Amino acid sequence: MDGIDIRRAAGAKAKGKRPWFLADAQTERVMAVAMAVAQELAVTRERLDTVERLLADGQPVTAATIDAYRPDAAAMAERQRWHADFVARILRVFQQELEEVEQQGRELDTEALASQFAE
Amino acid sequence: MFPEPSHDEIARYNFLANLNRHLATYLSPGNRVVYEARVRPAFRAVAGRDFRDRHEVRRAMLDDPFFQEWSALRRNAMEMRQQAGRSMVLRQIDALNARAQALNDNAGTLRLDPSLELPSYLAKVDHHCMPGSYHTELVPDDVSAAANYDSGLFVTTGGALGPMSDGGGRAVADFVRTTFPEFSPRRILDLGCGLGHNAVPLAQAFPDAVVVAVDTAAPMLRYGHARAKALGVENIVFVQANAERLDPAEFPDASFDWVQTTMFWHETSGTAMRRIFEEIHRLLAPGGLTLHVEQPQYDERMPLVEQMLRDWDAYYNNEPFWSAMHGIDVRGLMEDAGFRPDRMFDGYVRAKVDDEARNPASPTGATEDHGRAAAWYAFGAWKN
Repeated sequence: MDGIDIRRAAGAKAKGKRPWFLADAQTERVMAVAMAVAQELAVTRERLDTVERLLADGQPVTAATIDAYRPDAAAMAERQRWHADFVARILRVFQQELEEVEQQGRELDTEALASQFAE
Repeated sequence: MFPEPSHDEIARYNFLANLNRHLATYLSPGNRVVYEARVRPAFRAVAGRDFRDRHEVRRAMLDDPFFQEWSALRRNAMEMRQQAGRSMVLRQIDALNARAQALNDNAGTLRLDPSLELPSYLAKVDHHCMPGSYHTELVPDDVSAAANYDSGLFVTTGGALGPMSDGGGRAVADFVRTTFPEFSPRRILDLGCGLGHNAVPLAQAFPDAVVVAVDTAAPMLRYGHARAKALGVENIVFVQANAERLDPAEFPDASFDWVQTTMFWHETSGTAMRRIFEEIHRLLAPGGLTLHVEQPQYDERMPLVEQMLRDWDAYYNNEPFWSAMHGIDVRGLMEDAGFRPDRMFDGYVRAKVDDEARNPASPTGATEDHGRAAAWYAFGAWKN
């Protein structure tokens, strides 16, 4: 395809004013970078998983054999579980934020606990 | 016709599907928690009353840190999915376009109209953050917009529509067969067909019928036609036209037994809806059926926070008619177009997906993600 910068076109902005949600748009951009890096880490992890599976099967490990590898149903299910666990790990802080809201008013901070236990 | 993903592109989509699933199952329910725990009490304390409508709820939620974070993650996930899909599709755009061209081969069953003017509700918006939306052609005879959309259907729905993304259309066919066993349509019209992922299962379920699939976007129709050919489905004609004004020469009065739309109305407009219902009434033969699959309409039984969450895509995922559309009295619109109230009905259709073929990342039936779940509201009417 001549004349199209695929890299630029892939990342193009959609028409319309982009909504920013966090108190500071720059913080939100940092979040976007972090999520993209997490995505690429997940890609690397899947490649490593392929390498391990090829080695376990005594297969040659080259860029070509890695790219050609397709998991069977069991391997695919294991990968999906890994991705689900991975996402839960990187988004832990939001889960905990929610749990804190749910426990609202029923928890003491450490200072309060310290003075309580000092008695 | 599906673009060929590389090892790493599959991995990227696996991550995104699981991210979407996590946002839907772990974090999205948190919006109701913060709403009841702090947003609603704070509003009541200041205003001295409860929220009046979903827009008030949304404006208040925009100040809540959890809603902000969930929204930021969700918007970003949509944009990441677009980049992942477009980078995969654009690197093979020439091969995809050539494959489509070979399959389409100037067939009479693909009728494009390069002079068609795009309605403003499609021209002004890049729906669901899809750069260039459905219609943009980067090169002549381009299908890349459709290939990207096709690849993303699977990710955005977490695989809930099945590997061929035809769970919706199969559900509609099944719903019609079981609910109206006597009904045997010969000509079926699918409006806003996109890449035909809902028209193909109708053509397969009613092999003696002809399905006419209409859309405004040439890339979707080219890809859809080629995809149907590749699947061995021959009883579909793809036509580029505006559903508001179908040419009576090609679309005569009373020439269809069934007019179907699936997740279509929310990407039109108020004026367009009125015109299209009139067209549907004109096109249906006496005793004909019209059926529409959409998200449920908002009514007073639906909690405001639920309406607000369903509205998220309208305001933050480039679906600007979504909110107003779901507040419209569709029965009234159908009545204005000539349908009789006693011949109208509604119900739910559930996506049919082969469990063994499902991506393990797909949401379960219990998981609803406000517009992306695999169970839909349907409404319709019989003519006369």
